[in-house]
Amino acid sequence: MIYQAIVFLPLVGAILAGFFGRAIGPRPTEIITTAFVGIAAVLSWIAFVQAGFGGAVVKVPIARWITSGELDAAWALRIDTLTAVMLVVVNTVSGLVHLYSIGYMHEDDSRERFFSYLSLFTFAMLMLVTADNLVQMFFGWEGVGLASYLLIGFWYTRPSANAAAIKAFVVNRVGDFGFALGIFGIFYVFQSMQLDAVFTAAPAFAGKSMLFLGSEVDILTVLCLLLFVGAMGKSAQFLLHTWLPDAMEGPTPVSALIHAATMVTAGVFMVARMSPLFEFAPVALQLVTLIGAVTAFFAATVGLVQNDIKRVIAYSTCSQLGYMFVACGIGAYSAGIFHLFTHGFFKALLFLGAGSVIHAMHHEQDMRSMGGLAPRIRFTWAMMLIGTLSLTGAGIPHLIGFAGFHSKDAIIEASWAAHTPGNYAFWLLVAAALMTSFYSWRLMFLTFHGAPRWGITGHSPGVVGSEPDLEHGHDHEPHESPPTMLVPLALLAVGSVAAGFAFQHYFIGGGQAVFWGRSLFTAPGNVILEEAHHVPLWVAWSATIAMLLGLGVAWLYYMSATWLPAATARAFRPVYLFLLNAWYFDALYDRLLVRPMFRIGRAFWKTGDGRLIDGIGPDGVAARVLDATGRVVRLQTGYLYHYAFAMLIGVAIILTVFMFTGGQPL
Amino acid sequence: MNVATAPILSLITFLPLVGVAFIAFLPRDAVQNARYIALWTTLVTFGVSLLIWINFDPTTADFQFVEERPWLGPIAYRMGVDGISMLFVILTTFLMPLCILASWESIETRVKEYMIAFLVLETLMIGVFCALDLVLFYLFFEAGLIPMFLIIGVWGGPRRVYASFKFFLYTLLGSLLMLLAMMAMYWHAGTTNIVTLLGTTFPPGMQWWLWLAFFASFAVKLPMWPVHTWLPDAHVEAPTAGSVLLAAILLKMGGYGFLRFSVPMFPLASQELAPLVFALSVVAIVYTSLVALAQEDMKKLIAYSSVAHMGFVTMGIFTFTTQGVDGAIFQMISHGIVSAALFLCVGVIYDRMHTRQIDAYGGLVNRMPIYAFCVMVFTMANVGLPGTSGFVGEFLTLIAAFKVNTWVAFLATTGIILSAAYMLYLYRRVIFGVIERPNLRAIRDMSPREVVVLAPLVFLTILFGFFPAPILDVTAASVRRLVQNYEAAIRTATALAQ
Repeated sequence: MIYQAIVFLPLVGAILAGFFGRAIGPRPTEIITTAFVGIAAVLSWIAFVQAGFGGAVVKVPIARWITSGELDAAWALRIDTLTAVMLVVVNTVSGLVHLYSIGYMHEDDSRERFFSYLSLFTFAMLMLVTADNLVQMFFGWEGVGLASYLLIGFWYTRPSANAAAIKAFVVNRVGDFGFALGIFGIFYVFQSMQLDAVFTAAPAFAGKSMLFLGSEVDILTVLCLLLFVGAMGKSAQFLLHTWLPDAMEGPTPVSALIHAATMVTAGVFMVARMSPLFEFAPVALQLVTLIGAVTAFFAATVGLVQNDIKRVIAYSTCSQLGYMFVACGIGAYSAGIFHLFTHGFFKALLFLGAGSVIHAMHHEQDMRSMGGLAPRIRFTWAMMLIGTLSLTGAGIPHLIGFAGFHSKDAIIEASWAAHTPGNYAFWLLVAAALMTSFYSWRLMFLTFHGAPRWGITGHSPGVVGSEPDLEHGHDHEPHESPPTMLVPLALLAVGSVAAGFAFQHYFIGGGQAVFWGRSLFTAPGNVILEEAHHVPLWVAWSATIAMLLGLGVAWLYYMSATWLPAATARAFRPVYLFLLNAWYFDALYDRLLVRPMFRIGRAFWKTGDGRLIDGIGPDGVAARVLDATGRVVRLQTGYLYHYAFAMLIGVAIILTVFMFTGGQPL
Repeated sequence: MNVATAPILSLITFLPLVGVAFIAFLPRDAVQNARYIALWTTLVTFGVSLLIWINFDPTTADFQFVEERPWLGPIAYRMGVDGISMLFVILTTFLMPLCILASWESIETRVKEYMIAFLVLETLMIGVFCALDLVLFYLFFEAGLIPMFLIIGVWGGPRRVYASFKFFLYTLLGSLLMLLAMMAMYWHAGTTNIVTLLGTTFPPGMQWWLWLAFFASFAVKLPMWPVHTWLPDAHVEAPTAGSVLLAAILLKMGGYGFLRFSVPMFPLASQELAPLVFALSVVAIVYTSLVALAQEDMKKLIAYSSVAHMGFVTMGIFTFTTQGVDGAIFQMISHGIVSAALFLCVGVIYDRMHTRQIDAYGGLVNRMPIYAFCVMVFTMANVGLPGTSGFVGEFLTLIAAFKVNTWVAFLATTGIILSAAYMLYLYRRVIFGVIERPNLRAIRDMSPREVVVLAPLVFLTILFGFFPAPILDVTAASVRRLVQNYEAAIRTATALAQ
């Protein structure tokens, strides 16, 4: 019962809020949905202890779904350690975000709708992580996409929000295109959608090939690559990342829950879940590593120059997801999931902290109009500081540190041990760590320290991406947020501090074999985590050094020599613009894909349908008939086709009569 | 009364004509009475048709509720349904009351004639799916054109003459060829009994020609690319309820025809010509989706989207696999619900603003939240989101296509990207945003009557998304036999050739 409750309580909350929210009013709606997800969160921790330390895979059948021939996809819950970890992350963060939203959204007049969407999202995400077969996973996968679309476009009167929502859905669909083909392929090869059946059969197909798109390819490689395309879309990896920064159009709690802690990590979860396939597809794993490393680096470079507080954190999320994929790509799935786990806490903390800042600043998001906030919102500052320390990986190697330190260092050390060509993965990740530290401290300094700039520039409601000003008439003195917003921050801060050393032993340390059981698969000979413990000392320290270096440079730029940023931007203007525009991906896609698609659609319509098909077909026939018969017919009735119609009826009657009378069988 | 032996199929086929008789004797100005008679007639027909579903035996692939009476010489009056046709009968009787309700206020001229046309159309549509004799099938199939032709021509929009002309011209060619093919079949097999013909093996050369002749007719009906251009025009000019029946039922006759005639009767030709069908299906999916992206008229956009969705149907059928055929039937039923609903949704705002131009709207959610919710459900179903009925059919047909040809699956799957693009773009332009046009400021949300029309469709869209078993279970036995017979025929032919 506990598992059904975990998954379906949020759904009940969503339905109540969605259909009866108006009737019962906003406050009861908020309390009901928050309480339901809260209960689910508590139960998730119980499930975590049961599954993570008890071991056995639990399966809970729910109902039939799609049955056709040998295809049988049923609704069922499948709980093992990997699922339990995700349950904890999803429900804990979701519960806290629900609570936080009570404060953050208190002036919005569609709160019932907001809470309904949040709970709906939670349900879809839970269906994703508890899926027993790939079709149900796809259900959850697309379901979170729907919720994300609805929440990004929550303020539907704003064109930018609508555009961002569509972009998120369509780019995700590009990923789903690959995921769907991967599912089709898995069914074709394994004759089943059932995860366990697929996993059991997978080793037998290692190294075998099949015909795909006209060429012989390695079965597991192509299947894993197709699945990974899905992961790239959902987790905003390089090439399919463009939707994530725009998704910041949604309310900030949404960014924390969906676009930081949970939904975007679904891709990592999926790769880890499918590890019994990926382990036999080394080429696919190499690509996972490459894309992950490039994303970690790329997103960090873009994060360096963003001015919108939420966009900085968004690119940071993108970058951290890259770390997780590198971990999976080199076979250190447990390290990837460990980072997913800690990242859930500190990134949600950072986003919700940013929300508290935005709330304090009366919906100002541009860091250039902030500064000197620390003394005014002391609690938020402290929380953001913890989040930053965790994200940048503050800690002492081989000893102790913030949550992010434990998981990130494990990945960086493993990436060294993986010996990628030229050790590119290691170097890209260290470079990304340096930049992560820089932009994170830049965010802290610009927002909380230095001279206040909000007094000078005043309130600028016209800034792109700022949330709608719902507080006209307030004075502009920043104020601390209400307790419903601060309590979630405090709880997430506990996780951001402690989730690392408390769970390290089980996730990636000596207890991992017992902890994970069979939920993560590593091929015999995969000793990456073991090797990661024996890296040279300088490798173990590299991330910490990079972190300190980033802090130092950020201090220099934004606290000491504050003229430096502008001077640097001037001196390296092309580079600055390149980064500011996120490597011009949006412009490129717009020019290469979006606009041509509309143009082709128009051409097909006007030229293809209009001039060619109709021109030669019906219109042409009509014209020929008219030419031939002259104007007589048209003058007589003007309804040429009436004749044709009568003719058809006549023919039909004549032929039928013929069949009755003379038409004996030959 | 024992339902299994009672002539229940004839009863529901001709019940609407009873309503016609009543309406015909009404005085000219008894408009409201005509509406009520039509509504009650269709409701009773629907109620009776449910008896078929309840008493249907899903374990057998044989025809059930069979009726046979001598009629004209070798041609008998034969009716019966199996797992493939039964659901289309229910779909028809289910949608008819909704169509009548949707026309309640929007049709004000010649109401009596309008209701008569719809009731006659219902008889003919049910007849198509029940007929078990070639000639009977042909009569229902072709005669159905006449009321639809009139519905577009009399109650249609400004370019109705052009639209009905085009509609007619396309269908003409296909019909004639199909008729010739039916005669050839009769001469060869000596019967017009469809049940007998299903067990007849036609010589391979003959199969080819017969297949092509039937294909000409069904491809136009469905419609398949490139004979689809009549559909957008017909939809745009047709009144709302006309569009609903056109999209939901009349198009399905093409897919039904493939399943009833082409595949089981001409398996060798089907196998040989499947690549052609695949090519046209894939082009339909990609091409018409792109065209849909460029549309400025809501009905045209949905019409083009219909062509794309029918592409999944033909693709699924010609994989000759259980999943493919199951998926194709499911897709047809689902599209019958979803496209009907989308046309009804367009009708709701058309009745208020009298335009279907997308840019004449915007920001409707501010005034019409219930409407916005309904359209969102159908939009997502049209996009094929799991959890809606639109997903199951697309998913099954694509999975089947992957088994047969990865290129087909690959190209057809791009449809899931494109459908998201054009549907969400449409939704954004019509529903989201702020109301900028002054004439929209006072637009009313859906009336109770409109809610009654759309609510069952919302319910079914979601129900079949989460629980498609009621449909899949009914079709399973018949589909299994269809696929097995096909495979047996191919095996026999291969054995003979060796």
